[in-house]
Amino acid sequence: MRTQWNIFMAFFRSGMLGFGGGPASIPLIQKEVVEKYNWMTEEEFGDMLAIANTLPGPIATKLAGYVGYRISGFTGMLNGVFASIFPTIILMILLLTSLSSFRDFDWVQGMTAAVVPVVGMMMAVLTWGFVKKAGKGFGWEKAIIIGGILFIALQILHIHPGIIIAVLLIIALTLRDKPHVRNSGGGKS
Amino acid sequence: MIYWQLFLAFFIPGILGYGGGPASIPLVENEVVKRYEWMTVQEFGEVLAIGNSLPGPIATKLAGYIGYEIGGVFGSVVSVFASVAPSLILMLFLGSILYKYKNSAKVKRLTLFVQPVIAILLGVMAWKFFLESYVGIGFWQTILIAGISYLLIEKWKVHPAFVIFAAIVYGGFML
Repeated sequence: MRTQWNIFMAFFRSGMLGFGGGPASIPLIQKEVVEKYNWMTEEEFGDMLAIANTLPGPIATKLAGYVGYRISGFTGMLNGVFASIFPTIILMILLLTSLSSFRDFDWVQGMTAAVVPVVGMMMAVLTWGFVKKAGKGFGWEKAIIIGGILFIALQILHIHPGIIIAVLLIIALTLRDKPHVRNSGGGKS
Repeated sequence: MIYWQLFLAFFIPGILGYGGGPASIPLVENEVVKRYEWMTVQEFGEVLAIGNSLPGPIATKLAGYIGYEIGGVFGSVVSVFASVAPSLILMLFLGSILYKYKNSAKVKRLTLFVQPVIAILLGVMAWKFFLESYVGIGFWQTILIAGISYLLIEKWKVHPAFVIFAAIVYGGFML
């Protein structure tokens, strides 16, 4: 019981304090798991993080589930995931449903209109982060060419991103291991 | 039927979004706005704005709220399950295998190769929000709000929740 309570608190705190999505809560989770409860060593945590990063999907819940599972099996896993996501989902539903019940007032429409450019700006900053990562990983010239091909495939040919990502993953796995990839095969999808 | 659609709408972004929750935002948008047309770009933008100003993982907040909007409490549970479970199961089962090969170039390439796709999808989304805003409130308001919020969040490190709150107040009085 005590363990379950600790798991709950660890992921509740890191969830409620992590502003900016799952990746922002990684250092908070590390604090709880490594420093406060000593469930893992610093090194084990690092390894777990590296593995979680190579797999798709939200990072915070992968960590919560994995740590919970290691400490107390299936129940611990459910508990960890629940604690990290449930409180914020409830907040989200409460806020948005109360906002939309006032939707027909002019001033509410003004409010939401002013938020759109802020979101656009945040998306643009996030985009730049991914562009930089791609540029560093592939080299800028190659990244721009790949980007161009992908842009055509996604926006002009309207191929579902899932198909393109699947093709790229297959290319990534079948290319021979060499530090510098000669044929990067942008997206002949 | 609607539950199956909700499952797919969040399963696909969950399984394809390499780089944590934020990477799956444009993939969620692709399903929710483009494919199933449950929301307009503007509505999705509002959900995203509120989501960004609240703490916790973003992908599950989107899944939880959109699932609830479309299919009630059960819809919310289905959507959250679809976004969390597949990657968590992969983590539990593949974790030890990947651990062995964690320095292999192939494993490292997986994340890198998906990066440009996410960048383009995000970029297009940003563009759509700006376009939407330009149509709604005009060029100068858009530039003004985007510029000031950029300085506040990125340069002066003001918390996004405050900036979004300020934008809401500004919009309520001025627009």
